[in-house]
Amino acid sequence: MQSLVILAHGSHLNPDSSAPTYAHADTIRASEAFDEVRTGFWKEEPHLREVLRTVEGDEIYVVPLFISEGYFTEEVIPRELRLAGWDVAEWDSDGISADQATLVAEDIGREVHYCGPVGTHRAMSDVIVRRAESVTDDPDVGEGFGLAVVGHGTERNENSAKAIEYHADRIRERGRFDEVRTLYMDEEPEVDDLPEHFESEDVVLVPLFIADGYHTQEDIPEDVGLCEDYRDGYDVPTAVDGTRIWYAGAVGTEPLMADVILERAADAGADLNDALATVRETTRVATGD
Amino acid sequence: MSEPITEGTTTVPDIDLPGDAFDALLAAVSTVSGDEPSEGPAIDFEGLRVESRGETTVVEVDGERFEAGSERELHEVAADNAAFVTNWHFFERVAGEGTPRRAFVRWLEAAEERSVGERYAALATGVVREWGQLRVTATVTDRGERRYDVRHLEDAGVPIDELDRHEDPRDARDIVTFDPDGRYRPLKTAPSLRGGWVFSALDHREMYEVVETVYPATVANWHREREGRLDVDHWRETMGRQSGIYGVVQTWDRGEGHEHVNWVAEACCADSQCLKRREWEYDDETDLDVDGGDGVFPCREPCSLVVSAARKWTRLEGETERTYEFELTPSEKEQLEALIDAVADGRTEEIREADLRDPANRYRARFLRAKRLDADGNLCGVPTDDE
Repeated sequence: MQSLVILAHGSHLNPDSSAPTYAHADTIRASEAFDEVRTGFWKEEPHLREVLRTVEGDEIYVVPLFISEGYFTEEVIPRELRLAGWDVAEWDSDGISADQATLVAEDIGREVHYCGPVGTHRAMSDVIVRRAESVTDDPDVGEGFGLAVVGHGTERNENSAKAIEYHADRIRERGRFDEVRTLYMDEEPEVDDLPEHFESEDVVLVPLFIADGYHTQEDIPEDVGLCEDYRDGYDVPTAVDGTRIWYAGAVGTEPLMADVILERAADAGADLNDALATVRETTRVATGD
Repeated sequence: MSEPITEGTTTVPDIDLPGDAFDALLAAVSTVSGDEPSEGPAIDFEGLRVESRGETTVVEVDGERFEAGSERELHEVAADNAAFVTNWHFFERVAGEGTPRRAFVRWLEAAEERSVGERYAALATGVVREWGQLRVTATVTDRGERRYDVRHLEDAGVPIDELDRHEDPRDARDIVTFDPDGRYRPLKTAPSLRGGWVFSALDHREMYEVVETVYPATVANWHREREGRLDVDHWRETMGRQSGIYGVVQTWDRGEGHEHVNWVAEACCADSQCLKRREWEYDDETDLDVDGGDGVFPCREPCSLVVSAARKWTRLEGETERTYEFELTPSEKEQLEALIDAVADGRTEEIREADLRDPANRYRARFLRAKRLDADGNLCGVPTDDE
């Protein structure tokens, strides 16, 4: 019996925090790739500490719905799940290349496949592009458009910027967008100065966050100048200093994120049959045909 | 509530043996028959014993013995004793072995205490259990299938047509996210579940998903506790493993007793705040002095809300006490105490606007503020810090 466990941060204050986690879990349930799909949280319930005891399967894939490899994926989650013998070297990662580690979770006395976070998987580049398609409602968006990939910055974790640069490089190499730049909230180049970093008239701004919350709903819209006060709302697109900014909100809310979760599990050995193709198809942006 | 309630009268219902239960019985018999002498009965479960002896199948039901020489005869015997066959089929083939889910559905119908006949008689009208603020009613259909109705305790007697009916267990997510006043519920086991809804005619897995969504991991922990293997992490261990911004809570235990943890438990873990029964203590040698509550499911370690609150209190409690001097009337002193009580008990919303007798009445509080707080909000004009 094959089980998937999706782990996320959650929130004591914001009901939207867990919404993408549940949405992606539902998408994956519908694909029938797993006998069961469970969700666990750091700040909600079931807590990371107790989620594994709600799992009935014996082939268990644990996928963290986090953007970067760092404090949560390398320290908090392995500790709370009680992964015996965990060492970050198990992932043999340069900060963006974690794969998986098979370890006994002492909570349940059974092996689990602990996967790297969704944010550093190569398929995440496709989600960023899909997010741009969603917010522009154009499955072919690219020509005449710039793409700004925005992250928190390195203040808390140097791998956070690595993940953002990694995906921006990959998307740039495809040549789909006229220009692709990385911007940050708390370091240079800053998202506040977005128009200065782009020549394109239209720029899609995709924040690399898992859920919408304080940063994506309040900080970024105000910092970029989409609005004076986030409570007033803003249009998509909104022109700021001559640049039309298409603000996408947290990339983690994009339905295709379910695909990255599946890719992580597949890389760790999960048998998914045609679930990957199914999920890619069911989460597509309509072409209007 | 520890005892299940049976609604209505109790007579064992007639059950039409469904095809899948009989097929499962045939399959069980055929796997142990054949040329090799069988090593025991194919089925031996709660009063139903089925054994293959060559061409004959011997069926015993509550000690009464039948012999069937053909599939048709076996079907006749099984159909005459459909309660026992469907009971075996449900627990041994549908619910499966060893899981908390199985233990929970057995507990719902008091399977360990009641015979199959007693149970089916009770299930015919409905067996009710309470789980936190949930009321779960187990019934059996005329084909021997378990069905469950889940609703809020306070909706016990409400006709089903007057409640919002749901079929998809995932709908429970929306129900648990906000309290009756529309506020976000950060703690699923807070006694603030809203009512007005019902999940009806669920099968056992759907019922279990609803319970798991409303009170995550409570069945798993209850199950471990019943088996005597609940892994309790006390305050000291839990705070000791915190890191990052929560690492500071380790400095709150200074070897000067556990009074502060009593306060935390009294503040956060009382039944009025959380329906889990607190099983964690200060450490494995030192119990807290406050009651752990009466909840049916246990709390095995300080939760993330308690850890977050402890972080805040660690900072606040690091301050040194000092002496202030305030001029208050006796009634004003009592009013301040009543205001603290009203907020702590979540009572402010229910105090009527014109009820001036209540010290926590809004006009009373506004009068006190007008009189006793200066322009900077200082009580009696006394600054918090020296100027």
